[in-house]
Parts: sequence; C-alpha cells; structure tokens
Amino acid sequence: MSATKTHDLARPAPAKASPARPRRGLRGSPTLNFWLFTGPFLIGLAIFIYAPILWSIWLSFFDARFTVTPDKFIGFDNYTYMLTNDDFVGSLGTFTVFAAFIVPTTWAFSLGLALLVNRLRFMRAFFRSVFFLPTACSYVAASLIWKMSIFSGVRFGLMNTVLGWFGIENIAWLADPNPPWYWLVIVSARLWLQSGFYMILFLAALQNIPGELYEAAAIDGAKPGWQTFRHITLPQLRATSTAVVLLLLIAAYQAFDEFFNLLSKTTWGRPPLVELYYKALGESQDYGAGSAGAVILTVLICVVTLFQGKIMGFGRGDESK
Amino acid sequence: MPEPARTAPAQRPRRARRGRNVMSSTGLYIATAVAAFLFLVPFYLIVRNALSTDAAITGENWQFFPTDLQWGNIGALFDDSSVPFARSLWNSTVVALLHTVGVLLICSLAGYGLARIPYKHANKIFYVVLGTLMVPTAVTFVPSFVLVSSLGWVDTYRGLIIPGLFSGFTCFLFRQYFLGFPKELEEAARVDGLGYWGAYWRVVVPNSLNFFAAIATITFINGWNAFLWPLVIGQDPSAWTVQVALSSYTTGQTVVFHQIFMATAISILPLLFVFLFLQRWLVQGIAQTGIKG
Repeated sequence: MSATKTHDLARPAPAKASPARPRRGLRGSPTLNFWLFTGPFLIGLAIFIYAPILWSIWLSFFDARFTVTPDKFIGFDNYTYMLTNDDFVGSLGTFTVFAAFIVPTTWAFSLGLALLVNRLRFMRAFFRSVFFLPTACSYVAASLIWKMSIFSGVRFGLMNTVLGWFGIENIAWLADPNPPWYWLVIVSARLWLQSGFYMILFLAALQNIPGELYEAAAIDGAKPGWQTFRHITLPQLRATSTAVVLLLLIAAYQAFDEFFNLLSKTTWGRPPLVELYYKALGESQDYGAGSAGAVILTVLICVVTLFQGKIMGFGRGDESK
Repeated sequence: MPEPARTAPAQRPRRARRGRNVMSSTGLYIATAVAAFLFLVPFYLIVRNALSTDAAITGENWQFFPTDLQWGNIGALFDDSSVPFARSLWNSTVVALLHTVGVLLICSLAGYGLARIPYKHANKIFYVVLGTLMVPTAVTFVPSFVLVSSLGWVDTYRGLIIPGLFSGFTCFLFRQYFLGFPKELEEAARVDGLGYWGAYWRVVVPNSLNFFAAIATITFINGWNAFLWPLVIGQDPSAWTVQVALSSYTTGQTVVFHQIFMATAISILPLLFVFLFLQRWLVQGIAQTGIKG
C-alpha cells in the first residue's frame, strides 16, 4: 500500500494532470530542459556576438595596429581620430545620402508594384514572380551586370547605347564623381534587387485589408483611386509601412556588397562598412581605429533605430498581422 | 497533416472591384508589362553575354541577340585556372547547406525553449537575444574576424559557417511562431507521456514543416548570397565562395566578359531552382515574417 502511495506522489497520474499546468506530467525539470533547448544558441551568442562586441570596445581604447593583443592604452584617441577622419566622417555622409535616396524610393516603388499586381485579374502569379525574381540575385552578381553591361562607361554599355540613340555622349557612370552619376547606378541596382521582396510584404498586407472597407467607402461616395488609396489603403498599411521602413534602414546601414564591387578602385562613395573594411583589414590593419569606428556606428544605429521606433511606434501590436 | 493556424495562407476576402472599364484595365496591364520587361532585362543580359564572344559584347553595334551561341564558354570558364570557380561552387554548396541546417536546428530549439518552457529567467534571456538585433552583425565583422582568426579558423569551413549560426533574428522568429503554435497538440503528447524533447521532435517539428521550409529557403538564399563574411574569412582562393570568386573577376588584370557573365549565370542558377520549386514557402515565409538576413 505504501509503495503505491510513494509511486503516486512521485508521479501524479498523467490522465489527471490539469491542462492549465502544462509542466506537470512532462519528463525532466523545466529548468534543465530550458537550458538543453536554448543552451547551444546562448553559448554561440556569447562567443560569436557578445564577445566580439566586448573585444571591440576593449580594442578601441588601445593602439592596436597589426596586433589584437595590444598593451598601449590610449583612451579615446581612436575615437577622436575616427571622428576627425575625413574618410570615416565622409562615409557617414555617404550613408546618409544613400539612405535618403534608397529608403523612400524602395518604399514607394515596392508599394507601387504591390498595388499593380494586386489589381491584376489574370497572370497575377506570373507578374508577382517576375518582380520577385531579382531577390535570387546576389548583390555581387547584380553589381557585375550593372557595372559591366548596363552602366558600363563605354559605348557598348546598355545605357550609353540607348542614350546614343538620342545623340547623347557616353557617360562615365562610375569613373567620375562629377556629376555623381554613380548614385544612379547604386540606387537602381538596389532598387531592382530588393523591391520584389518588399512588394511581397505589401501584397500580403493589401490582401488583409477587409473588402468591406472599400464597399463602405464606395457607399459614402469616395471615388475609387486616389481617394480610397489615401483614406483607406494607406492607413491600413501603416504597420507594414513602418516595418518596411525599419528593415530598409537597417539594410541600408549594412550596405557593403554593391559599393565594394561597383566602386572598388575609387575613393568616393564609400559607406561606413567599406571604410571600416579598408581601415581594419587593409594595409594598415588598424584594429583599434577600426573597432572605434564599429562602436561609433553601432551606437549610431541603435540611436536611430530607437528614435524611429519611438516616432513610428514600431513593435506595438504591429506584428499581429 | 494538421496545419497550425499561423502558417495557413491569409484568407483573402474578395476585394471590392475597382478599375472596371476596359481602358484602365489595359493601362494597368501595359504598366505592369513595362515594369516586368525592365525587371527581366538584367537576366537577359546575363544569358546573352554569357553565350557571346567578347567581340560581340563589346562590338560597335549593340546586338540584341547573339548571332551564334558560344556553348563552349561553359567549359572555358571551368578550364581557367586563375579563378578556382568549380571549387568555389562546391564551397558555397557546402557552406549554404550546413549554414541552413545549423541555423534551423539551433535557432528553432532556442526559439521553442524561450516560447514554451517555463523558466523564471526566460524573459531576461529573451532580452539578451533581442539585444543582438540592435547590433547588425555586419558591424561586428572586425572583432569577429579577430576572434575567428585567433581560433585559427581563417580559410576553413568552420570559420565560414559557425559564426553565422547564431542568428538572433531567426531565433526571435521561431519564438514568435511557437508562441502561436496550438497548445492542444503538445498536451496530447504530454498525455502520451512524452517529455519536452520528445514532444518537440515528434509533435511540434512535424507539424511545423511549412514554417521550417519557409525559414530554410530564406536562410539558404542568404547563405548562398553572403559576401562580406566569406570575403573576410576566405583569404586563400581555395576557400572562396562563389560570390567571392565572382567579385575577384572585376579586380583581375584582364577582363573576359563572357567568362564573368557565364560565372554570374551559373552562380544564380541554384537559387532560380529554389525559387521555382519553393516559391510557395518563400512567399508565405516572407509575408509572415518580413525578414532578410
């Protein structure tokens, strides 16, 4: 009898376990299982994300040229050096110009595509696929096509050929910063690459707008077109728009691939990551200054992200589809 | 197979019909067709240039269609010893596949633990994960490189793959997904006497294959297309991925156009297959999550 009792105490009968308490009746302690599930990820996070960040902060206070175990503490010298360095400050400017172009254009362009595709009655899947297809291209591949075939500065480039039909002289798209035609090349490449992706987001959001809203608007006498778009579609897309702008901004901060491949030999149009790449891994191997630059950039990104989140209310029930 | 509610495609109420006259409908299709044409031009250029001679590509008169297709360009690409292109394709395949498998395994487990296993510090740990989202991984590439090189992982698959496995964002997505996973299924497993581990593998994962497929597709694409990290880690040409190899063509002394474009075409092919066969999951996954790298 007592044996049965002990048994019952140790293991409450599974059938009687209340559904409100899911932990009971499961084998092993939740704490142990929690670490079993999340442990590998958290260890990796500590080693490959948090440790580099801390190491970077530490290195940024040292004179760490050609070495990662420096012994010469120099305080904030690396920071003052980077913040007064024309190339680095210029790269922040490059980023600002780039973001100012690419964020609104991609937003408008991908929303436009989504509106077009959403209104199609035939071949919708086909056109959606066409606009989405460039997502399969890497930035490196797109850079090659843009640089070698479309915006090649010589006569056989597609753009110069087309302009030639109208009697316009060849333009050196990438080789000359005056006028800064290279922005057209960079922005158009990224527009082609990422619009289809954001179009999918907008399409999903458009299809979640209840049809009754449009019917109600029609009854109220709103003209289809601009009026319904302005007063129904746009407000309904607010959450998605916010997310898209945030994602675009983060993506713009990480700009590296196309700048590196399109403008490799030039000194202009270097965004922060390209600048840091050359600073830390180039000939000078200045890990201290490179780390200081990375810290500055990270702080900047955090501030902008938080600021934007405050303004646009990102994360407050937006993800509820 | 029962499907969790969250992965079901959004039910689309029939939209109120607008633009019903023929004129605006025609205009709509013309606008869409023009945009589609512009989107396809770069793809056409890749194929056209890949199968042309350099003389035809750089000729005085623009040729819309190559007069005779140079299928030999494919072989010539792999015969060129200055860029180990075949090797880089292999490297990319290994790296992208292992990257995908690893990310799915590690991030889904962590996401499930954070979402479903009661532990008093789970929330604090979740903030530790969220904190990494604020710091773009690309910004930490300098210290990461220092760390990985001090481990002696430069030019190795370990160095290319392992540091990228711990994606805070993917973990976050899995957590959100598992929060919406129907509890009833797990309770049924519990009645059957399964532990967390058993319930996860035998009930949760088999019922979440759609979501896993979506994340896998996106992760594979990002892995295949990654450039900055492979560029930093792949110092020796034998460790180049296909993106690094492509990039090296532009920095070489002599530019062989058809070779560059043939390499570009071949580098895109695997992803086009992914797109053709897995587009359903891809579109669904993006619509659900809105992620990229």
